[in-house]
Amino acid sequence: MTDSKYFTTTKKGEIFELKAELNSDKKEKKKEAVKKVIASMTVGKDVSALFPDVVNCMQTDNLELKKLVYLYLMNYAKSQPDMAIMAVNTFVKDCEDPNPLIRALAVRTMGCIRVDKITEYLCEPLRKCLKDEDPYVRKTAAVCVAKLHDINAQLVEDQGFLDTLKDLISDSNPMVVANAVAALSEIAESHPSSNLLDLNPQSINKLLTALNECTEWGQIFILDCLANYTPKDDREAQSICERVTPRLSHANSAVVLSAVKVLMKFMEMLSKDLDYYGTLLKKLAPPLVTLLSAEPELQYVALRNINLIVQKRPEILKHEMKVFFVKYNDPIYVKLEKLDIMIRLASQANIAQVLAELKEYATEVDVDFVRKAVRAIGRCAIKVEQSAERCVSTLLDLIQTKVNYVVQEAIVVIKDIFRKYPNKYESVIATLCENLDSLDEPEARAAMIWIVGEYAERIDNADELLESFLEGFHDESTQVQLQLLTAIVKLFLKKPTETQELVQQVLSLATQDSDNPDLRDRGYIYWRLLSTDPVAAKEVVLAEKPLISEETDLIEPTLLDELICYIGTLASVYHKPPSAFVEGGRGVVHKSLPPRTASSESAESPETAPTGAPPGEQPDVIPAQGDLLGDLLNLDLGPPVSGPPLATSSVQMGAVDLLGGGLDSLMGDEPEGIGGTNFVAPPTAAVPANLGAPIGSGLSDLFDLTSGVGTLSGSYVAPKAVWLPAMKAKGLEISGTFTRQVGSISMDLQLTNKALQVMTDFAIQFNRNSFGLAPAAPLQVHAPLSPNQTVEISLPLSTVGSVMKMEPLNNLQVAVKNNIDVFYFSTLYPLHILFVEDGKMDRQMFLATWKDIPNENEAQFQIRDCPLNAEAASSKLQSSNIFTVAKRNVEGQDMLYQSLKLTNGIWVLAELRIQPGNPSCTLSLKCRAPEVSQHVYQAYETILKN
Amino acid sequence: MIGGLFIYNHKGEVLISRVYRDDIGRNAVDAFRVNVIHARQQVRSPVTNIARTSFFHVKRSNIWLAAVTKQNVNAAMVFEFLYKMCDVMAAYFGKISEENIKNNFVLIYELLDEILDFGYPQNSETGALKTFITQQGIKSQHQTKEEQSQITSQVTGQIGWRREGIKYRRNELFLDVLESVNLLMSPQGQVLSAHVSGRVVMKSYLSGMPECKFGMNDKIVIEKQGKGTADETSKSGKQSIAIDDCTFHQCVRLSKFDSERSISFIPPDGEFELMRYRTTKDIILPFRVIPLVREVGRTKLEVKVVIKSNFKPSLLAQKIEVRIPTPLNTSGVQVICMKGKAKYKASENAIVWKIKRMAGMKESQINAEIELLPTNDKKKWARPPISMNFEVPFAPSGLKVRYLKVFEPKLNYSDHDVIKWVRYIGRSGIYETRC
Repeated sequence: MTDSKYFTTTKKGEIFELKAELNSDKKEKKKEAVKKVIASMTVGKDVSALFPDVVNCMQTDNLELKKLVYLYLMNYAKSQPDMAIMAVNTFVKDCEDPNPLIRALAVRTMGCIRVDKITEYLCEPLRKCLKDEDPYVRKTAAVCVAKLHDINAQLVEDQGFLDTLKDLISDSNPMVVANAVAALSEIAESHPSSNLLDLNPQSINKLLTALNECTEWGQIFILDCLANYTPKDDREAQSICERVTPRLSHANSAVVLSAVKVLMKFMEMLSKDLDYYGTLLKKLAPPLVTLLSAEPELQYVALRNINLIVQKRPEILKHEMKVFFVKYNDPIYVKLEKLDIMIRLASQANIAQVLAELKEYATEVDVDFVRKAVRAIGRCAIKVEQSAERCVSTLLDLIQTKVNYVVQEAIVVIKDIFRKYPNKYESVIATLCENLDSLDEPEARAAMIWIVGEYAERIDNADELLESFLEGFHDESTQVQLQLLTAIVKLFLKKPTETQELVQQVLSLATQDSDNPDLRDRGYIYWRLLSTDPVAAKEVVLAEKPLISEETDLIEPTLLDELICYIGTLASVYHKPPSAFVEGGRGVVHKSLPPRTASSESAESPETAPTGAPPGEQPDVIPAQGDLLGDLLNLDLGPPVSGPPLATSSVQMGAVDLLGGGLDSLMGDEPEGIGGTNFVAPPTAAVPANLGAPIGSGLSDLFDLTSGVGTLSGSYVAPKAVWLPAMKAKGLEISGTFTRQVGSISMDLQLTNKALQVMTDFAIQFNRNSFGLAPAAPLQVHAPLSPNQTVEISLPLSTVGSVMKMEPLNNLQVAVKNNIDVFYFSTLYPLHILFVEDGKMDRQMFLATWKDIPNENEAQFQIRDCPLNAEAASSKLQSSNIFTVAKRNVEGQDMLYQSLKLTNGIWVLAELRIQPGNPSCTLSLKCRAPEVSQHVYQAYETILKN
Repeated sequence: MIGGLFIYNHKGEVLISRVYRDDIGRNAVDAFRVNVIHARQQVRSPVTNIARTSFFHVKRSNIWLAAVTKQNVNAAMVFEFLYKMCDVMAAYFGKISEENIKNNFVLIYELLDEILDFGYPQNSETGALKTFITQQGIKSQHQTKEEQSQITSQVTGQIGWRREGIKYRRNELFLDVLESVNLLMSPQGQVLSAHVSGRVVMKSYLSGMPECKFGMNDKIVIEKQGKGTADETSKSGKQSIAIDDCTFHQCVRLSKFDSERSISFIPPDGEFELMRYRTTKDIILPFRVIPLVREVGRTKLEVKVVIKSNFKPSLLAQKIEVRIPTPLNTSGVQVICMKGKAKYKASENAIVWKIKRMAGMKESQINAEIELLPTNDKKKWARPPISMNFEVPFAPSGLKVRYLKVFEPKLNYSDHDVIKWVRYIGRSGIYETRC
């Protein structure tokens, strides 16, 4: 066999010669010619001109020749659709051939020819083949349905092939079942809504039986399909898990990973107290470790998946640190992934070993790997406090090597260590300063400048050091410029006497000579602060910094849950949802983990929705940011910062007051104007360089937060409702309610952190609303909110904010910011929180007003099921600032005349008719602004019924 | 699913190109060549995404195999398939080289048509494939109807790896327990990590459809059995080993292993890998390496390495090789060794010390003086670990085959008539000592 000769024909008249050979009478010569054609096709030459001649060779008994011609057809049929019809007859004939291999070949090839006219002819043979007596033909036909669906989905549906395909799931041959499952899964993906796969306990049982018998590839198809199923309760989940676990011992890594996917997903439904849950956890570790002895490419896939699994369920692999140690000749992509997992698994128990390893790695040759290893040492210091000292000394050793990139990387991580353990390791600063000149990467320079600024009082020549950076100020990257600006301001605040000139210089560089708005803005802020109130400046710039989080690069929990559903697939390799890399609608169905359902509960509610709460309770979450952009521009929300807060985040300013305060006066270096401006503390306005300095802390005293909480003498308070579910806010759950006590309105919030990451830097802002509700103080979350922690906060509200009529009237759109992102939601507030204390109208006045308001403004409502007498109702309403002006008894009915006033001065007059013995009462409302009536009625109803 | 499969030579020329899905065009062939094979910087991941198209690649000598897709496919499956593809090709025509691929391109297209349908992997067992796809062209056209249906039922059936009607005059089987022992040791002699990855390879020449049962000194099994007789526990308990994890050839009934921990199967004909396993406890480390590196001034290194063999004196280790890395600026090396031959190989930056045979409980030593060229390179020498290769005639994990029973209910031969051979070979995997 020397087929390679076919690759070497490069003569000029090649096509012409081939044509002659194809039409030769000799079989051998024909075959040779077709082979040559295929070889040219492979190399990328266009041989479509030979189409008729090649198709002519199709009618042959020689199967090998036939296969070659088919191969040619699959490639070129599309370019010559009319000619391709010539082949149809042969296909149809072959589908009737006594030899099952030929029948299958014909149906397989026909499906690959994407020409509409051919597809029409394909339907009949395909139908026959789907019911063929030979399993080989059936399994080929099953795949062919998927092919046909890809060409013409409508045709497949019309011809009823989908039903035939569904029937094949019950086929006696396991491979037919597997292929049918694969085909159905793919078709179902392009119709996310259709219930094509229709998985139910019976069909699941069939799949599980086939799982034991089919080929390794079939097992993968079936397991991937099983992963899409949501068991009805924990018992079913457990029984499926039990039947899937044996797959963990399969030699094929893909089978193992797909089994892991099913188990990880269904485990969600099992109670942690279950013995079986523990057993399952133990069973998962060994196969995952075994994956690491596979070929490097598979190791890579496995490691990317383990990275997810470790984040989701750290307990599985917590004792397996050693297997992730890097081997000298691992490919670099395996090394980097292992390192990632090592950091995640590092704990007090194994830190000594990990550090010893990391130190080894830091002396390797691959630059990326070494950098990552150095960074890992820093992460360990932050994660495991006991090891911090050893980590720092290791880093110092590494700095002594003077290898440029090692030094720079080490300085970047030492900055983070300083952040975590302030004032503990400043003895190393001297060593760091020695390396100042060798730093050429922006990140390292910025880190070093931060350190100098932060510890300016301990570094004798801090001013000289910073000055040396200032020389090339405009050549530095923004990161460095911002950091330098902040550092010099810090230095000035610490050593004001000798650094005045320096600070002047940097401020003018930043504000006057820079085109970068971030830099300019920060410059102005500092300038203003320094010239108005140096004490305040000190409080802001040198404020205590919030903690930095221990974990980095954690995948956001909802994405993590989604990726767990994609274990083994490309999505898990890229750590991105499929929508990020798959075109079109295919495969972008959002998947989520099943909720935990106990079997006892499910008896009553068999139809548990797969995600979240029932739709009725779904709070109204403002969908798109874009719609609100106009209004939200007024909001002072800091930038979303994730991961370790770099000291470079740009300062966001309250646009309103800056503009109001007069930029002009700033430019003119005359800050007097600013002092006079009404500085209505914008929530988290101007969070300065190092993030989250609680600027508003002083203000909180103004609003006595603690007063009245718990002593609910005021109006009725509704129980807290979930306003922002954790799913929609990257793990932050907000529930709350509104209260009114002694003239002040507040919003009682409960913030729960359901993410894995510490949350800090909270801020809140309202959109403009009907009654001008606005936070009267910044959102005070004193300590960072650690995972699973809940805080209760009472946010005082004022009604002096800007007004915009909302629909419905009492709608309030809220934006909440934390270090992760900004979230939007909307809620309805009960109107009675707006009823003011001086809402009692004089009797005469009442009468006059009642008459004065036109009758069409009167609205009447029925309040049902409220068996209260006049006295009780009156006193109940009074506590919510609805005052009874007069009382009458007419024909056995009690008539209460009441008045109330809203915060914006709107009066509402009411007549409440109560009939003793009748649980319903009638409410007539008169108001000059009739649109509030409906909401006042609701308030009445809520108050009376509670 | 897999949208297309390409095979390239080292220059990036296409040798095989088979497209399964419409969304993969000819430009994908070029995209991979330009962005991966000809990439200026070495590509650092086996999965590459170029313009929303994902490429999976593996390399065999200088041949690139690439699978392409635009969907969210099962990545592990694609790689498993690519390896399988290599195995199948190797089983048909030997080494995967440009020459062999060009010589067999028609065959490869035929195989690709068979084992990958619309991008879905189908039966890829060579045993089954060879029944109807051969290098000499297709067999099936002259077959009888029975033969044809036998082929199709085998390709799709439950026992896809074995055909009916196999007959041998002499029923014989060979079991090889092949282990590779991996070690990473600190310079102070502390074991940083050690594990054995082992394989049980079986060659079976058995008639009919034999039902086999394989037993080894697995701790779990022996403890289970030992509950009845306390005697046996004490006797065999010592010798049993704890297996961390094992995986099996697809012929093994996994559900049975899961419930009873018994390994039963109908073997394929000829050679196959029955199981893979991994152990980390009580490993016999056949050799201990004790390094001593001393820097004498800036231009000289003194290296002393002692190796100690740690197994029964009656056994012989073979093919021993110790590789001592030297700095890049080495100018000359003098070596003295007690046993074997040692040579400085400048091209490999290492001193290679070879010993043909060495009995257990022995010790040997090498001394080397390394002259260095003075450099002003600030970068420190990374000091790669000292690595070792060897082969020993026992299983370092301590695994022992207890039995392999054969039952063939239809034919008239019994377990006793089968001739069985068992062999243990322990080899070094990555056996490194840091210095």
